[in-house]
Amino acid sequence: MMTVSTNTEKKGLFGRPEKPYVHPYFGGTVLGIVLFLALFLTGNGLGSSGATTRLVAQVEDLISPAHVDQTPYLLKMAGGDKNPIDDWIIPVFFGALIGGFTSGTIFGRTRLETTKGPNVSDRKRWLLAFLGGVLFLYGARMARGCTSGQALTGGTTLAAGSWLIMFAIFGGAYAVAYFVRKMWN
Amino acid sequence: MNFPLPSFLAVSASNPWTYVLFGVIGFAFGFTLEMSGFGNSRKLAAQFYFTDLTVLKVMFTGIAVAMTLTFGAVGLGLLDFSQVWVNLTYVPSGLLGGLIMGVGFIIGGFCPTTSLASASTGKIDGMFFVGGGFVGAFLFGETEKYFTNWYNNAGYYGRLTLMDVFGLPAGVIVLLVVCMALFMFWGAEQLEHIFGKKDLSKEPKLRIYAAGTLFLLALGVALIGSPSTDQKYSKATILRTVDDKPVKYSADEALAQRLVQIVPAELFKTRYDQKVRLTMIDVRPEADYNLFHIRGAINIPAPQLKAHIPSLLATSAANSIYVVISNDETLATQAWKLLVAESLPNVYLLEGGLNNWIAVFGKTDPQIQPLASSLDEQLKYSFPAALGDRYTCADPDPIENEKIEFTPRIQLQLKRDKSGGGCG
Repeated sequence: MMTVSTNTEKKGLFGRPEKPYVHPYFGGTVLGIVLFLALFLTGNGLGSSGATTRLVAQVEDLISPAHVDQTPYLLKMAGGDKNPIDDWIIPVFFGALIGGFTSGTIFGRTRLETTKGPNVSDRKRWLLAFLGGVLFLYGARMARGCTSGQALTGGTTLAAGSWLIMFAIFGGAYAVAYFVRKMWN
Repeated sequence: MNFPLPSFLAVSASNPWTYVLFGVIGFAFGFTLEMSGFGNSRKLAAQFYFTDLTVLKVMFTGIAVAMTLTFGAVGLGLLDFSQVWVNLTYVPSGLLGGLIMGVGFIIGGFCPTTSLASASTGKIDGMFFVGGGFVGAFLFGETEKYFTNWYNNAGYYGRLTLMDVFGLPAGVIVLLVVCMALFMFWGAEQLEHIFGKKDLSKEPKLRIYAAGTLFLLALGVALIGSPSTDQKYSKATILRTVDDKPVKYSADEALAQRLVQIVPAELFKTRYDQKVRLTMIDVRPEADYNLFHIRGAINIPAPQLKAHIPSLLATSAANSIYVVISNDETLATQAWKLLVAESLPNVYLLEGGLNNWIAVFGKTDPQIQPLASSLDEQLKYSFPAALGDRYTCADPDPIENEKIEFTPRIQLQLKRDKSGGGCG
């Protein structure tokens, strides 16, 4: 009879022993080098929320191109014969998915589960994750970039607006953290 | 070699390697985030309860390292900063968007890229966040029309950097940011000790040496400084297509071979070209400009030109053409050199200056009389009044001059379209 693989046994691709996360300063240094190489080689930094928007624009363009041509925000990306997914951020987006999966699998962290605080049910956590995603991407499009495209990349290139956005993100999160503390602690 | 690599500024089907390179960058990004623990929403949320400040540490280490390396490369003349995407500053939409993102962060437990690392490693909450993200992006696209004017115009400062805000050189800002980051790390560790009951003596000693190294590197960047205009000018190149082959000229060669001096007739015709965005920059003193100038030319006297370069760079589009104008060529050539050194695309100057322009278009104007002046950069004509662009030859008749002939010298070199970069 099969037993559920424990973290100490090595069983196939997804049963590898779980390793701890790397030290934050080491992770940050690698991240900095990746970001530098991106800026150095291509002049573009890192990002991902732009890809979400472009994928949405692509779907809307397939369903109703006339609607896209009448919506100013979508028009810029997908109007007429423009191809919204012909952009550098699309390969970065899919690369990040594969990269995350690869790291998680190598270090034994790829498994179906829900990461949450101890006092919240799975369903509630899923609902709030979904809501958080809606809010985050809405805000990211309003600010023209998310934590990667604005805070990280813009912070590195010393863009004034990006520093403002970075502090606004932390400010918004700290302001609300107290009221949702039961979710995480 | 000049960085960033021109062929990798954007993806293009004609160069499939661009997709590969951006894919590899994304891969490394996702890998790094996952191995730092960003696939776990609880670890991310702990940032906001002071028990585990991994988010702050990873983010600011990343920024400090990338920034030090980037501005080090700029200072050494390896990297052309004007070709690096700098997020444009929109104050109110950035602030409000940032606050909304913060609320989304603490409720959802992720930010967009970390949710990718989470969803791809089988975390169900990560998948829900990604799904919600698509809905949020959809909602923004559909509702933007209700506040499009505010979104696109309010508090817009263009390509504004902290160097412009504080009036300090890049190297000094880099040093200050690194010091701030190191101070924040110290504070973060104290908070983790108080709120997260973390034993700081178990932290690796190596981090102290790493902090010292980073500080010394940043100090080095501050000491190197930014490359001077002369240094940038000596590296500037002008691309031209000769017999269907691309040829690279140094800026001085292009000047000597008169590749960038356009005759009045070509400027005249370019003013009516709908495909390009022409900016005529009149670099003479204001008095001369008020006396006479070509209609549509803007006046930026030569001593003030340098201060206007950031805004010129911020507003330059892929089809922008700049023509520098003075009375003769001397002043315009100096201005041309400055603009080329700062990587403004498609810069030309008016051959023979306005004296030549009037000689071509103003012969029949009875108001304008030739003067016997042999001094360089002085108008060789007398004007009855400072009418500016209200003389006939300030805006020559397009029908009368329709058949005017010339050998074209303008070749549009497509550079990055600034509106297409970045995350946005």
